[in-house]
Amino acid sequence: MLVVLSMIVFALLYLMPGDPARSLIGARPVSPELLASIRAEYHLDDPIWEQYLRWVTGFLHGDLGTSIKTGLPVSQMIQGRAEVTLQLAVLAGLVSAAIGIPAGVIAAHRQGSALDRGINATAVAMLSAPSFALGLLSLYVFAVWLGWFPVYGLGDGGTLDLLWHLFLPVMTLAAGVLASIIKVTRIAMIREVNSDYTGFSRSRGLRESKITRAQVGNAALPIVTSTGLVLATLVSGTVLVEVTFAIGGLGSLLAEAVTFKDVPVVQAVTLLLAVAICTTTAVVDTLVIVLDPRLRRRRRRKSRNVTTLAGAEA
Amino acid sequence: MTAITAPAAPARWLAWGRRNKLSAAVVISMIELLVVFAWALIPAFGAGALDQDILLGATPPGTPGHLLGTDALGRDIWLLTVAGAQTAIVGPMAIALASILLGLLLGLSAAYLGGWIDWVVSRFVDITLSLPSLLLAIVAAGVIGGGYWVSVAVMIVLFAPFDIRLIRSAALARVHEPYLEAAKLLGLGRFRVMFGHLMPVIRGLVGANLFLDMAVGLVALSSLSFLGLGVSPQQADWGRQLNDARALLFINPAAAIAPGVAIVLTAIAFNLVGDWLSERSGVAEG
Repeated sequence: MLVVLSMIVFALLYLMPGDPARSLIGARPVSPELLASIRAEYHLDDPIWEQYLRWVTGFLHGDLGTSIKTGLPVSQMIQGRAEVTLQLAVLAGLVSAAIGIPAGVIAAHRQGSALDRGINATAVAMLSAPSFALGLLSLYVFAVWLGWFPVYGLGDGGTLDLLWHLFLPVMTLAAGVLASIIKVTRIAMIREVNSDYTGFSRSRGLRESKITRAQVGNAALPIVTSTGLVLATLVSGTVLVEVTFAIGGLGSLLAEAVTFKDVPVVQAVTLLLAVAICTTTAVVDTLVIVLDPRLRRRRRRKSRNVTTLAGAEA
Repeated sequence: MTAITAPAAPARWLAWGRRNKLSAAVVISMIELLVVFAWALIPAFGAGALDQDILLGATPPGTPGHLLGTDALGRDIWLLTVAGAQTAIVGPMAIALASILLGLLLGLSAAYLGGWIDWVVSRFVDITLSLPSLLLAIVAAGVIGGGYWVSVAVMIVLFAPFDIRLIRSAALARVHEPYLEAAKLLGLGRFRVMFGHLMPVIRGLVGANLFLDMAVGLVALSSLSFLGLGVSPQQADWGRQLNDARALLFINPAAAIAPGVAIVLTAIAFNLVGDWLSERSGVAEG
């Protein structure tokens, strides 16, 4: 996937209307000498595959290219911004797991009740509404109207202050993922709740909390697998959320670069975000192996571990 | 009882609704969509939305003549929101129709003809689905430029694979039914069997997905215009309005609330109606 994506990202330069050399010059006045020097600098006269290989190897060595707009190396522009985006995405991921899984479990236990329908309706709403619209609405309600949270910015550096500033962005970013986690958890748990072993355990007089733990353990696998698929949307979501809340992260950098057609920055940031998505997917895949006793036959442990692991996560 | 006394019209409607599992939320969604479609297709509703009044500037809701106030250029927020329905409906409709058509064409061919066509289509779908589509849409539409319809085209390429895969798997489940074999034995051509006999049995799925696609298209397109890509700055568009409104939150909150609520409600309505259709047609929800 990374290879295909890197090719698409690289091809962007050629998809732009007009001569790539002119695109690279940007808004500067065009002279034949400048065109020639740009062509030489970017090796535009080489065969395309050679240019692609040069770009990829450069990327792997940490050379992310140079911005057309500012003339700064992209790696320098990214510094500081990457951490902000990482914090935002990781917090949003944790929040959606921490709220989504319990909410889904509760909804499944009270299947058909008002609480279940309420949770389900909220999930549908959060799943369908675009994050920036939710973000602006919550910005108005909680920051402007009620005044509970700051409107813009990241605060003055203290951890608590940062968390306070990040609260609305994180919740906005988490909304979509949270909703899909609720839905998946609910469906997976309903299957467990209606299963034979649940009825059997209950008739044996096992405590409800113990039954729930076993159910969560068994439902953990489908939950984690499908969570991995939606986590990737967190990374794309940061672009919109950072713009909504005026946060200086990778996402807002990408949005700016796209508006100014700053191709090297766009290419570098897109590829970085793609790497982030791939890493998330890989982490989830490993987690699935850890969670599924059938997939880790080598390390022989009791299957109870699975339950405790899933319990800790919830 | 209903058999003896002819039921009044409302009662008949209620019975029909109950038979089709029509919930209040779905009815409200349908009404909401009807209103938005009317706004989008009858330009008279949003006439004068782009009239500027720079001297007036941004005003709060309740300003005489402007129920919801005005934006920084003195444009009426209510009229802008009504006029914005056009880009919110037309583009997503194009995306939904085109990707459903592509889905039918490629999905049915892959399922029914199999062989190398299936292989090529499936690989294309796998690869596209593994890419972060919204991210790519933002980047590609932004860098290529070219406005609204280029964004629509980019979306079609990125979102059609979802429909192709869905239709392919739905068709695959039906391919071996006896009546299709019979149609083949009667000497009907491949395409006649595919589109005349295989397509009708999955039409419930197609109808439901039309609405779900429109929800996705609306969210994606308005995301682009929120980032300042896609529509031109002068055009009325909900995403664009929300972006402008970020600076006006303290002066005229309605500038953000009106298009924000419009997007959220319309997206939810598309999803609810789509879900309802798929439930009604008996397609299990993924």
